[in-house]
Amino acid sequence: MADEKTTTVGEEAAAVTENADLLRFATAGSVDDGKSTLIGRLLLDSKSIFEDQLEAVESTSQSKGYDYTDLALLTDGLRSEREQGITIDVAYRYFATPNRKFIIADTPGHIQYTRNMVTGASTADLGLVLVDARQGLTEQSRRHAVLLSLLRVPHLVLAINKMDLVDWDESVYEKIHREFTTFATKLNIPDLEVIPISALQGDNVVNRSENTPWYSGPTLMHHLEHVHVASDRDLVDTRFPVQFVIRPKSDQYHDFRGYAGQVAGGVLKKGDEVVVLPSGMTSTISKVELFDTEIAEAFPPMSVTIHLEDDVDVSRGDMIARPKNAPKPSQDIDAMICWMTNEPLKPRQKLAIKHTTRTGRAMVKDIQYRLDVNSLHRDQEAGELALNEIGRVQLRTTVPLLCDPYSKNRTTGSFILIDEATGVTVGAGMINSGA
Amino acid sequence: MTNTHVDYQLSQLDQLEAESIHIFREVAAEFEKPVLMFSGGKDSIVMLRLAEKAFFPAKLPFPLLQVDTGLDFDEVLSTRDSWVERLGARMIVATIDEAIKAGHVVDDGKTSRNRMQIGTLLGAIEENGFTAAFGGGRRDEEKARAKERVYSHRDDFGQWDPKNQRPELWSLYNGRIHAGEHMRIFPLSNWTELDIWSYIHREQIEIPSIYFAHEREVIERDGMLLSVGPEIQPKGGEKIERKLVRFRTVGDRTQTGCVESEASDTAAIIEEIAVARVTERGATRGDDRFSEAAMEDRKKEGYF
Repeated sequence: MADEKTTTVGEEAAAVTENADLLRFATAGSVDDGKSTLIGRLLLDSKSIFEDQLEAVESTSQSKGYDYTDLALLTDGLRSEREQGITIDVAYRYFATPNRKFIIADTPGHIQYTRNMVTGASTADLGLVLVDARQGLTEQSRRHAVLLSLLRVPHLVLAINKMDLVDWDESVYEKIHREFTTFATKLNIPDLEVIPISALQGDNVVNRSENTPWYSGPTLMHHLEHVHVASDRDLVDTRFPVQFVIRPKSDQYHDFRGYAGQVAGGVLKKGDEVVVLPSGMTSTISKVELFDTEIAEAFPPMSVTIHLEDDVDVSRGDMIARPKNAPKPSQDIDAMICWMTNEPLKPRQKLAIKHTTRTGRAMVKDIQYRLDVNSLHRDQEAGELALNEIGRVQLRTTVPLLCDPYSKNRTTGSFILIDEATGVTVGAGMINSGA
Repeated sequence: MTNTHVDYQLSQLDQLEAESIHIFREVAAEFEKPVLMFSGGKDSIVMLRLAEKAFFPAKLPFPLLQVDTGLDFDEVLSTRDSWVERLGARMIVATIDEAIKAGHVVDDGKTSRNRMQIGTLLGAIEENGFTAAFGGGRRDEEKARAKERVYSHRDDFGQWDPKNQRPELWSLYNGRIHAGEHMRIFPLSNWTELDIWSYIHREQIEIPSIYFAHEREVIERDGMLLSVGPEIQPKGGEKIERKLVRFRTVGDRTQTGCVESEASDTAAIIEEIAVARVTERGATRGDDRFSEAAMEDRKKEGYF
């Protein structure tokens, strides 16, 4: 038919890219667990690896005298790492299927890189922990689960790798599964999936394996594609940290005054009664805009511009919330802190703190305990936190923070600590619910 | 007014847009003197579009900085001028020739113009006292970039220290720098090539015409198709052919190859990419081919 509009492959591909949703996941595991091989496999089997990348890896594998293509080489980015054969930093990888785009935060597994894993997990919807079927749960895999739980990553996958090396023995899978489930009762893991795989051979990674007739669960890729993440966001508690005040002062937009920011929680719409914190002034939303278009509602993680009916004083660092549902401004902060620098964190230490769009200074009042991330033991005699250690800390800040418990909102519940002399990020904090 | 989102779902492209806008606003709020490094290529044009959205209806709260190699394609320069005019943006052009005169770079006759951009760029950042420079780099481009932060710290010499990067958590960016240092900002870190093209398609963004298929006189050299011009002339057995080609990246004329293509609009380009077998840098950038670690070396020196 002459007037029927046909869509081209390109238009379809554009529509797919435009409409797909997004899953950010963090991987943890060491080189020995086959983590890099698994990621290489996901990239290869989803056709996200290109000819020249594969060629480079093939030639490196040959020059190292391997008789197979080392997929791990695809993900070991920096030259020093390639030489040492270790992964020392968080690397981000990308692949897509028709339904979803994936961002992998690929993190090193050893305890001396805990800070890197915390970094990778901070933005993840899902955590992927790898264990070697021959070794079962190790101190390291338990630690990874603890960190993912602490960072409130809502979905966890335990991938039992190298199943080929235990002859695809169901009892090995069952034993590790049971052991992990028991351990996980002490943690906050709302959703768990345990998958038997061989990253090297590709079993149950993208394609269902014939070697595991006893396993009826999803393949890893199927699970990654279908795990439901939309409901992980808080659409109830309105939180809008003001990032930037837009005042064009041009002839055309003489009276324009918009509050720009990214929605951290809840839904904002015209007519909503709101409170501006910390001042406590109230007003009503007169308009919500995205670029040059008025929109009906804004929700996380949209970056929008909000207009208020009244000419109240609003600036960067303020928070827009609802009068009956607002965080209580507080200068006394109780938080779990992951320490990220060589010089230990000590009581009375002063640091800069950044929480949402608000910056101030903080003093360490007390280090209540250090958490042993392997055993969950709380050491109340610790007195300080060394590099890669995590503990419960009380801070006093110079400015009130407009915060929520991290368990409620990962954006308004988190902060970073900055060394004022070096400017380096030295700590990551997760605010506890009212102590 | 646009329709209510019944399911409160944001597509991945909208999420990327929201994240990039957040980064632009954060930098504008926290840095004294930001600048946007503008190459005229599709990635820097997407950056401009996102910056436009971030501050609308105000003008961009920072100028654009372009390093003029003297070897830029005319089509790229005219697209640049059209964007600058529409946005009413301030434009600073740093030329390699001026940088040679000022002693920021040395022309030894062996170094490519592309490589001389590093000194020119660092010279311009220092001279103008810029404290933050937006770049269009993406983590999917190259292995060294996969580990780079959104806020990437540069020391007094403009160097990147990949082993000593600041942790970057949640969407809490740390913009603290000392005098003389600056921060490179990569708002497109999480975008892939396909995302960029889909966004150009959706937003109907104006990009240089050489991205689309056109007839051009080319010669084949080292497996690349180079455009015949004042600097590129056939030598020893090479012959000039007229082909239907397009460019996948727009660097300087002497270094940037084109590919045979019939893709005359964004949808056709997306189709091409969706089935592409070679990454864009590997295919057409002579400067990345010297070694597997070429990009890492140039980045350490202060490349984009």
